[in-house]
Amino acid sequence: MNSTDPSRPSPEALLKQARKEARGRLKIFLGASPGVGKTFEMLREGAELLAQGKDVVVGIVETHGRADTEKLVAPFEVLPRLVIEHGVHKLAELDLDAMVARKPQVALVDEFAHSNASGSRHPKRWQDIEELRDAGIDVLTTLNIQHVESLNDVVAGFTRVRVRETVPDAIVDDAEIEVVDVPPDELIERLKDGKVYVPHEATRALGHFFSKSNLSALRELALRRAAQTVDQQMLDHVRLVGDAGNWAAGERIIVAVGDQPGSEALIRATKRLADAMHATWTAVTVETPRSATLSEEARARVAKALKLAAEMGASLATIPAASVIEGLRAQIIEAKATAVVIGKSRRSWLFELRHGSVVDQLVRGLEGVAVHVMPTPQGSVATNDGARGGRPFNWSGTTIGLSMVAATTGGAVAVASWIGPNSVDLLYLIPVIATATLFGLRPALVASVSAALAYNFFFLPPIYTFTISNPQNAVTFLVLTGVAIVASQLAGRLRREANIGARTATENAGIAAFGQRLAGVSDEETTAAIVCEEVASLLNVSTILLTRKERDLRVITAVPSEPALGALDMAAAEWAFDRNEMAGRDTGTLTASDWQFHPLVTSLGVLAVLGVGHSASGNPVAPEKRTLFATLLGQAALAHERIKLEAQARDFGALKQRDDLRATLLSSIGHDLKTPLTAVVAAADALADANGENETTQTLRAEARRLRRVFDDLVEMTRIEADALVVRHDILDLTDAVAAATIDLKAELAGHKLILDVPPALPLVEADPRMLHHILINLIGNAAKFAPLNTPLTIQGRRAHDGLTLAIIDNGPGLPPGNEAQLFDRFIRVEGDDMTGGTGLGLAIVKGFADAMGLCVSACNRADDRGSRFEIFWPESSLRLTSEDTAEK
Amino acid sequence: MTAQILVVDDEPAIRRLVRGAVERFGLTVAEAANAAEALTLAKREGCELVLLDLGLPDRDGIELVPLIKAMDRAIIVLTARDATAEKVTALDLGADDYVVKPFDTEELLARIRAAIRHRMPDSTTSGKICAGPVTIDVLGHRVQKLKQEIRLTRKEFAVFVELARYPGRVVTHAHLLRNVWGEAHIADIEYLRVAVRGLRLKIEDDPANPILIQNEPGVGYRLNEGF
Repeated sequence: MNSTDPSRPSPEALLKQARKEARGRLKIFLGASPGVGKTFEMLREGAELLAQGKDVVVGIVETHGRADTEKLVAPFEVLPRLVIEHGVHKLAELDLDAMVARKPQVALVDEFAHSNASGSRHPKRWQDIEELRDAGIDVLTTLNIQHVESLNDVVAGFTRVRVRETVPDAIVDDAEIEVVDVPPDELIERLKDGKVYVPHEATRALGHFFSKSNLSALRELALRRAAQTVDQQMLDHVRLVGDAGNWAAGERIIVAVGDQPGSEALIRATKRLADAMHATWTAVTVETPRSATLSEEARARVAKALKLAAEMGASLATIPAASVIEGLRAQIIEAKATAVVIGKSRRSWLFELRHGSVVDQLVRGLEGVAVHVMPTPQGSVATNDGARGGRPFNWSGTTIGLSMVAATTGGAVAVASWIGPNSVDLLYLIPVIATATLFGLRPALVASVSAALAYNFFFLPPIYTFTISNPQNAVTFLVLTGVAIVASQLAGRLRREANIGARTATENAGIAAFGQRLAGVSDEETTAAIVCEEVASLLNVSTILLTRKERDLRVITAVPSEPALGALDMAAAEWAFDRNEMAGRDTGTLTASDWQFHPLVTSLGVLAVLGVGHSASGNPVAPEKRTLFATLLGQAALAHERIKLEAQARDFGALKQRDDLRATLLSSIGHDLKTPLTAVVAAADALADANGENETTQTLRAEARRLRRVFDDLVEMTRIEADALVVRHDILDLTDAVAAATIDLKAELAGHKLILDVPPALPLVEADPRMLHHILINLIGNAAKFAPLNTPLTIQGRRAHDGLTLAIIDNGPGLPPGNEAQLFDRFIRVEGDDMTGGTGLGLAIVKGFADAMGLCVSACNRADDRGSRFEIFWPESSLRLTSEDTAEK
Repeated sequence: MTAQILVVDDEPAIRRLVRGAVERFGLTVAEAANAAEALTLAKREGCELVLLDLGLPDRDGIELVPLIKAMDRAIIVLTARDATAEKVTALDLGADDYVVKPFDTEELLARIRAAIRHRMPDSTTSGKICAGPVTIDVLGHRVQKLKQEIRLTRKEFAVFVELARYPGRVVTHAHLLRNVWGEAHIADIEYLRVAVRGLRLKIEDDPANPILIQNEPGVGYRLNEGF
């Protein structure tokens, strides 16, 4: 951006401005905490606008039953809220559709970060407000600073209250911000007086949250955030106006997103850094061979982090590379980054020694790039470690393990006298290893302890006591425990790998079978049926497939049998189809639907939507099946695309066959008709040769010529109608073209005063030589037909400021006034044409050819004299300006 | 004595009428109704030129062009007017010229005359060529019009000589571009247009109404020798 002319507004800035102008504006009343009077300020501004004569409507204003606030709302039109039943509760939400339909100039909607009741179109109110703005409505709203996405961590850090309801920074950046500011002391005073409404859930945290230090910090954050938005808008403005001034030169930050937990904090930190430096930033993931082995959770974590980054305005990049360092370094160089942000996990020094720290290696490899290292938490996030702690204790395995130990003890007692007590310990390895292999660590530990105890009790002197007299026996005890641990670990890993292998194998088999079944069919309905069946069986869900027929979305097929879709479900399906994004359950849109709809996206657009449902709540597709599902969706989309393309190819084939037939017919007629014509002309020539030229021979020749032209016209018209014209783009000299036409028309032009006024200095033109020849023959022939003998017939080429015109000007009777445009229609003949003959096809062909070549033809009567003027116009783009040197290369 | 001209057409009426015209012109004529007959008769001693209709019952006339060319016979193809591509193909394969059906007898005879004359010993590379009022001294690299010296550019001269080597016959765009500018510029028709334009300005009496150099739309140029 800096390399171009600095005084010119950048296109992005102009675009941003244009988008802003079309959409409704957003004004946010930003406060540091509840109770600063945001709603009050919003209402006051609304009242001012109302006084200015603006159409202002209240969508949502939370008065919390306070009289002074209610008094402020009184002058406004208040839109009734949409009541959504939610179990025993009734929740009143913004009636989005009603507001869009009402379409005021300004809408007041309180609490920007509010989460809507399930069943609403969007899960978040800020999304509702975005839609209002899309509809061109200006919106005033209120927001507390801790709800701003990138500040969420910071606020949680010192208040220890984490809010779930966050608003993306990009939205906030886009808005006009007014900070509603009250000094902390005053706020605490108000609080004590009960003037601040505090939600129920928050009362517990209240004492801490509303401490003076917290309030001061929040206030500072709010002011800083507002200042930063103003900065951003100032920058936009500067760029728009084109005065580049001294705004920071192209800082570019890269943040490395890994699969470790804590990436989100890293991204929020980078966002703050980028804002402070006015830098653009990119979130980068490196796709290494190890990435393939990542768990579903780790992958979900990466995806979530990237999504967050995108929401905060980062661009995203995924780099395939052999190692993380290599990939990062490549991207840093490629993007000419000025700073890198990476997380440093608190791994053990042993781990770092062996694997080498990414951070250290990166620092060593880069010069002139600032590397910011942030410590990231290790497994501290609750969502992270469900896999480990969640597994229930395996009671049956333990029982079996204990039985095996008991059986071994029984067997050992029987054989102990025979093999001696010292070898008995080895026998106990059998149940311990077996339990470890079959049931995992914990049952194996129980088994090993019990085995050690049994061995001690039954075989170690003193027998029938748990006392250990010999240190050797303590070692036995430890060995048994150690064996249990090692064996269970090994077996556990094997079992996991086998599980993954087996799952991958079944999935691959499923995908292959799916592809095979789809490849065999060639109609839409069977394809849909296969898609529904296979997806249902592979993912253990119910499926439904819809596509658009005429105007409505119709169900093609469903497994199991056709369920009833509610209005909400249909709305979600429509959304997915029209917007090309998933909708419905557990998505961002229309989440109250029982189904989750996925569009089948192809190069031909969205061809259908596939709905998946499941009786359990949450996402119908289990996390470990999502990759499989994505593959299946891709295949289903491909199959639909193939069917559609096949159908198109069939239609096209039929059309082509018809055209081929027509062409064959035409060429055979051509031969059949031209042969007798040739004979007629040759006979006339022979006659003239024998008896001298006379009226008969002349008439014969003229009629033959006319017949030939009529026939040519007919053939060309058929081609035009069949859309079978193939245009050649040659470069022509108009002098050449006109000369060729007048030579062909020698006989017709005899007796006319032909004036050729095509200056040789005109540019060359682009045209199909045969079509242009035909056009000229028809136009000049026409003029010769109508114009009286011995009057001038002028062919005139002229350069126009935006192209070139070639005019054919005659002194004939002129055109009947009023229907110049119709002249080029088929079978329109000029009055008096009967005498001279003609099919009326000539001008239609002129028009058809001109259209095909991208030229304009027009006709009018001459302004000065009797006669008509036909014009062909070449636009500037079809001219070739040459100099004499062109040819001398 | 064998016939000098072979008329190949499946229509007896055409053959008869063409034969009449050509014989009145003073040449002997043989007739063939199909491709097989045409190939047999063309082989005979004394045949100089084949008038070939492309629409034959047993074989596509285009296929005959290289076969007859291999026998060292001149070929004039009879075609339909709109078949530009067909004309160019026939010329590229070795046909000497074409005549559009239905044709004037005069035109046909002029084409035959030009095609046969070209088969006479070649004088173009050494001596002088006359085209109407214009004389070209090929070796001396000079052009005169009515004894007046005309200065042509290098390429204009080369194009003019190339056209003059085949007086009265059509020379295709591709042929001119290949021989004057080289194989690499075979598609650069702009060069040719500009050179021909310059040439016309210098040698034509009225450059807007050219007589000497005639345009065959979509096919090539012809140096008119009819005067």
